[in-house]
Amino acid sequence: MTVDFGYGMTLVALVLAIYGAAAAAVGARAGRPALVESAQHAALGVFVLITACFALLTYAFLTFDFSVRYVATNTNLGTPFYYRITGVWGALEGSIILWSWMLGLYTLILILRHRDSARELYPWALATMLGILAFFLLVMTIAAPPFQRQVPVAADGRGLNPLLEDTGMITHPVALYLGFTGFTVPFAFAMAALITGRVGDTWLVLTRRWTIVAWYFLSLGLLIGGWWSYHVLGWGGYWAWDPVENAAFMPWLTATAFLHSVMIQERRRMLKLWNIVLVILTFGLTLFGTFLTRSGVIASVHAFTQGSIGALFLGFLALVMLTALGLVAWRWEALRSQGELDSVVSRESAFLLNNVLLIAAAFTVFFGTVFPLLSEAVRGVKVSVGAPFFNQVNVPLFLSLIFLMGVGPLIAWRRASLENLKRNFLWPVVLGVAAAAAAFVLGVRSALAVLTLATTVFVGTTIGVDFVRATRARLRVGEALIPAVGGLLRRHNRRYGGFVVHLGILLIALGVTGSHAWSVQTEATLRRGETAELAGYRFRFDDLTAVEESNHFKVVGAFTVSNGRVLDVLRPAKKFYPQEQSPIAYVDYRLGLKEDVYLVLGDFARDGTQATIKLQVNRLVSWIWIGGVVLTLGALLAILPERRTA
Amino acid sequence: MSRLGLRLLTSLFFLSAAVSPVTAQPAAPVSEETVHEVAAQLRCVVCQNLSVDDSPSEMASQMRAIIRDRLAAGERPAEVRQYFVDRYGEWILLSPPRRGFNLLVWLVPLAAVGVGLVTVAVLVRRWTRHLRDHRPTRVDVDPAMSERIRREVDSGP
Amino acid sequence: MRRLWRWLIPLAVLPVLALLAYGFRVDPRDIPSPLIGRPAPAFGLTTFEGTPLSLAAHRGKVVVLNFWASWCQPACYEEAPVLERNWREYRDRGVVVVGVDIQDRREAAEKFVREFGLTFPNAQDLTGAVSVDYGVYGVPETFFLDRQGRIRVKHVGAVTDAVFRANVDRLLAEPGSP
Repeated sequence: MTVDFGYGMTLVALVLAIYGAAAAAVGARAGRPALVESAQHAALGVFVLITACFALLTYAFLTFDFSVRYVATNTNLGTPFYYRITGVWGALEGSIILWSWMLGLYTLILILRHRDSARELYPWALATMLGILAFFLLVMTIAAPPFQRQVPVAADGRGLNPLLEDTGMITHPVALYLGFTGFTVPFAFAMAALITGRVGDTWLVLTRRWTIVAWYFLSLGLLIGGWWSYHVLGWGGYWAWDPVENAAFMPWLTATAFLHSVMIQERRRMLKLWNIVLVILTFGLTLFGTFLTRSGVIASVHAFTQGSIGALFLGFLALVMLTALGLVAWRWEALRSQGELDSVVSRESAFLLNNVLLIAAAFTVFFGTVFPLLSEAVRGVKVSVGAPFFNQVNVPLFLSLIFLMGVGPLIAWRRASLENLKRNFLWPVVLGVAAAAAAFVLGVRSALAVLTLATTVFVGTTIGVDFVRATRARLRVGEALIPAVGGLLRRHNRRYGGFVVHLGILLIALGVTGSHAWSVQTEATLRRGETAELAGYRFRFDDLTAVEESNHFKVVGAFTVSNGRVLDVLRPAKKFYPQEQSPIAYVDYRLGLKEDVYLVLGDFARDGTQATIKLQVNRLVSWIWIGGVVLTLGALLAILPERRTA
Repeated sequence: MSRLGLRLLTSLFFLSAAVSPVTAQPAAPVSEETVHEVAAQLRCVVCQNLSVDDSPSEMASQMRAIIRDRLAAGERPAEVRQYFVDRYGEWILLSPPRRGFNLLVWLVPLAAVGVGLVTVAVLVRRWTRHLRDHRPTRVDVDPAMSERIRREVDSGP
Repeated sequence: MRRLWRWLIPLAVLPVLALLAYGFRVDPRDIPSPLIGRPAPAFGLTTFEGTPLSLAAHRGKVVVLNFWASWCQPACYEEAPVLERNWREYRDRGVVVVGVDIQDRREAAEKFVREFGLTFPNAQDLTGAVSVDYGVYGVPETFFLDRQGRIRVKHVGAVTDAVFRANVDRLLAEPGSP
């Protein structure tokens, strides 16, 4: 019953989406607003139907409806209530529903916001959105149908992947998918601009806004993903350069490049071609990411189950890229712009460099991710490209980017004078060098750490100097401090939003450097009552107990952590799920601004007298999360509607 | 899995009291740092994309012990690495050895940066050609733009 | 000419697409062993009954070396009766089956051996040294060794009667030890 109803709704939604896309396109071509209006109704219908599908599937999860195969494979009678809701999008089929639902939501927002404001571009953008939505609905009907009969009806389900039993499972995919799907809107406008040949300012303004929104969600998704990795996967890290992480990181890099180069186009009417290619590339990379995670072509920790879905996605990726880039070639003349700069040393040049570095980083990540395939195709030898490679190649790129982050915003547009440079960079350079010297004196010997520290302080100071100077200017004309700062942020929200984002990146860089350069770890096998020591902490093994939960049982160790005085009792565990072959590590930690104490339970004696434990003292990791919060706040500030009059 | 099954699993766990084998301590003191260094370059074979150093799995823990033992026996880090490559193939190295075809993975990104920088240099040169030609610049700045610049200058730092 | 050149932009994605399409033809989890054709690493273990077990003791025989674990469901459970059956059939023809239990708890492993009534020598690899020596990724994996003690075939996944016979018959047909 549920299956028929759900599948039926999916089919109707697919037909409606195809009709809507066609109607919007024909309406735009023939100039018939009635057809476009009809497409809007279709879009609304599609959204309602997907919402109903989503609700129906959730209901099936909540009521343990094991006649639905997806429910039977991803939940069981022991799955707690909360995870029965998040479990809906825990695996392939459900994730596609969530994806489609968000696409539908974005389509609706697009209709509401731009129906009247962008008359020429709007119908084509709507057609593009519905066309892409139709593809995902097609996936939902033929390749990964969430509504499929389980015959015979199972008495109990298999259960959710235990790694997904985490509160992060609601926020991480939702934010990440909102980011991924969000890039569809800029792409839709880019297509509209290419089709109509109106590649001027309207397209740009609309696209920039939407890109920041998608960028905000993608950043959030990446950060929460890092946090999930840190506190669930139990390896003490937050970023493994796994293909799936790379898949989300590449569009982030290209979108970041776009958000910078778009400013040049706004001011100088240059780089039209480049910017439109960046938007297409960003969207293409989100599809590529989906392809990677769902095709099983490249092995990855988070790979979803495999199937015909890979070929479908590859076909769609081919269609999208060939069409979009074909249109670019077709509109070549309109996209060409006469470039002119007033000086070699200018903010324009800094932004161009920024783009080169960001795209080079994206390309490096891409090339590293597909290189194992290339090696196998050419040499027939399987190789791995992992963290050591990506770190080595990307660190110089990112350090240069961070350096540019300090330089770029403070070089004048058009032409920078020597005076201007001296005024803006004297203090930052002095403090940066001082920081390097201080770090060296304090015993930091890693050249990379010293360099990063110096760069971070340099960039931090440039931001500080700029902000203080602008505030002072306002104070001089008689404003009070608080209104002065508030007015500055509101009136120049894009500029200062950008600065706050940069500040967030600096904090993240600090955390990444600290965790790489100064973290320590060791392993110890302890009998009950024995202690191990690491970095001034003492860990005493107190006992080992077994606890029964609704859908698994776990073995919990208790370790008293002290450094002179007792700080905490940490309880890392191993969870044994009936449906999993190997136990799942459950880490325990004590977070701090300076360092985290992080414990992973390893092997243990069954009578509870002995346990092996991995001890880690991870330095400065908390600053990554703090930086993440700062970064997202900055992005929010930049999204606020611009207020040119104070 | 029913609750009964779980209970069974639990009781099974407590019935047996035999001590399970735990990782042996190294015979000679080996710098833990060297162990991490070697382990970080090797791919954990049961977890696809984590290093032996990072993985919390039992297999990785055994492999760390093997690394420790081999180092304690006097092998150099490169030899320990080679021991694993001989058994698992190049695949086990998280960063491909820099020779032959693998050089591409290192050189292509480098070349990309180079091409990018050269392109920007050429473009900037082309776009500033008018400065060297001593032709008057900014003959037709559009009024909206100059207004924007004025505002920027007024309010900016 | 200039007009044609710009169409290279969309065409540039074709090689990438081709590479990804090639990806469908390969399995990222199927990694060939570099040990094929090389002498099998020696080992000395103790069987569950407490008798020493080494490869050297079976020199001159065709050895079927099977890595398993009691938690490996269902593949190890499928192949255990196959191994036992074939071991009984071939044991008098110069073939020996050796089981190595890895990453396991002794009680569970002993229960597994009892349950299937395994009579060929089985031992636990406590430290993982043997499994790493053979480049084992997971269980079950089975190595077929010829009479000179070289690794000839690595089979990943459950062994079937057909796989067992085909490999063992071929190795038996080869001339004996020099």
